[in-house]
Amino acid sequence: MTTQPGDLKYTKTHEWVRRRGQQIEVGITDFAQHQLSDITYVELPAVGEKFTVNKEAVVVESIKAASDVYAPVAGVITEVNASLAATPEVINSDPYGAGWLFRMTPDLMTDVEMLMDGGQYEFLLPKEH
Amino acid sequence: MSEILSMKTPLHEEHVARGAKIVPFAGWDMPLLYQGIIPEHLQTRSRASVFDIFHMGEFELQGPTAAADLDRLITQPVASLKRGACAYGYLLAENGGVLDDLICYRMDAERFWLVVNAGTAAGDAAWIQAHLSPGTRFTDLSPRTAKLDIQGPCSRELLEQALGVTLPDPGYFHFQELTLLDVPCLLSRTGYTGEWGYELFFPAEEAIRFWKRILAPGQILPAGLGARDTLRVEMGYPLYGHELNRDRTPAGAAQGRFLDLAKPFIGRDAIRRELDAGLFRVLVGLRLEGRMAARAQDQVWNGGQEVGEVTSGLFAPSLNVAVALAYVNRTVGQVGQKLEIQVRGKRLPAAVVPLPFYAQGTARLKTMSG
Repeated sequence: MTTQPGDLKYTKTHEWVRRRGQQIEVGITDFAQHQLSDITYVELPAVGEKFTVNKEAVVVESIKAASDVYAPVAGVITEVNASLAATPEVINSDPYGAGWLFRMTPDLMTDVEMLMDGGQYEFLLPKEH
Repeated sequence: MSEILSMKTPLHEEHVARGAKIVPFAGWDMPLLYQGIIPEHLQTRSRASVFDIFHMGEFELQGPTAAADLDRLITQPVASLKRGACAYGYLLAENGGVLDDLICYRMDAERFWLVVNAGTAAGDAAWIQAHLSPGTRFTDLSPRTAKLDIQGPCSRELLEQALGVTLPDPGYFHFQELTLLDVPCLLSRTGYTGEWGYELFFPAEEAIRFWKRILAPGQILPAGLGARDTLRVEMGYPLYGHELNRDRTPAGAAQGRFLDLAKPFIGRDAIRRELDAGLFRVLVGLRLEGRMAARAQDQVWNGGQEVGEVTSGLFAPSLNVAVALAYVNRTVGQVGQKLEIQVRGKRLPAAVVPLPFYAQGTARLKTMSG
């Protein structure tokens, strides 16, 4: 069983959130990348684009299928991980680091505090993971 | 109706022990991947992989009327098929709809094998038995027959090493009955990957022993259904349920191959009518311009006109670009034709390209190091 990084926040749709000052960085969890396997393409939002919570922000394509990644909180996109265009497979190899998807300014930082911590997220995962 | 109990191959525990991701496929629990689809794909293109294909069906037809019965049932020529040779073709309904695609093996004058898809095997067996002469005996060998595909340019040399024997090369689409590890086997120079390789049939109870022997040296690695699919798409090979189904004749997929229109077979008249009318859609390869993939059921457009539909689409690991198989109107099916595929509301540019997409496959090479 993998342990989730403890300094991050999580959603039940398998996004992770890292607080960086007034911004957050968002990616998908190790469980999610493992479920998808073999990520081949990422469709990223535009900088400046606004999202409400749980709105589809990113499409991650694997060999098998395309999957949505949701905005974990409401906010504005400030930066996207442009290196994923050429090497989307880093989401598989380094989901919590180089595989980050986008950064955003949340409308309310308290929305981020309300998300799950690593232990709560771990509890939701299938036991055989 | 959902499957209440899915079937498991004799190697199920071996797959689980290797950490395979198991998925339901045609009523079976099958390994989708072990390490990853892309590494398993690349291993097959460059070295050799072994695939557990236990789920596919094997039927034996035997008797003085077997050849004539088969000539009426399937689209490829059977009477002229030589002993030790096999041929790919289709099993059709009266209306020309495809019941299955299959390979017919000729063991001797009066004995044949058919190797059929898992999801269609039960329906095929009923259909075939309903169309046999009293003199033809039908036996479903599927439950007692294991099938391992060893595929890749190094498969002969590495399989010889693993089994400690010298293996024959019967030639592409030929096979040999022989004894391996003291077990009667059928070794066929066929496959679904586009690479030089074997399909090995042998008694089910020997499955674990063969699997372990093949993998023991650590040179041939296991590959799952995920890589099997990316490999076959790169070759432009159809998959039943995607490119082939009961609602379509094989005219557009075969494009003149695999159909012996000179002999009377079930469904021939429907195909002839379609060929005469010329209105059917053709199965073509579409090469996209980036990594974003089209998927089955995405529409193909030519300007303002919908001209076709994608049946399989994915990022091709050996080509580093997305490709798709699609049925399109014949008028836009020529190589070089520029089209667009609608994916998630976007129009992606695509061009009709020759198949196979991947032209460096070793499957047909005459000799590989043995």
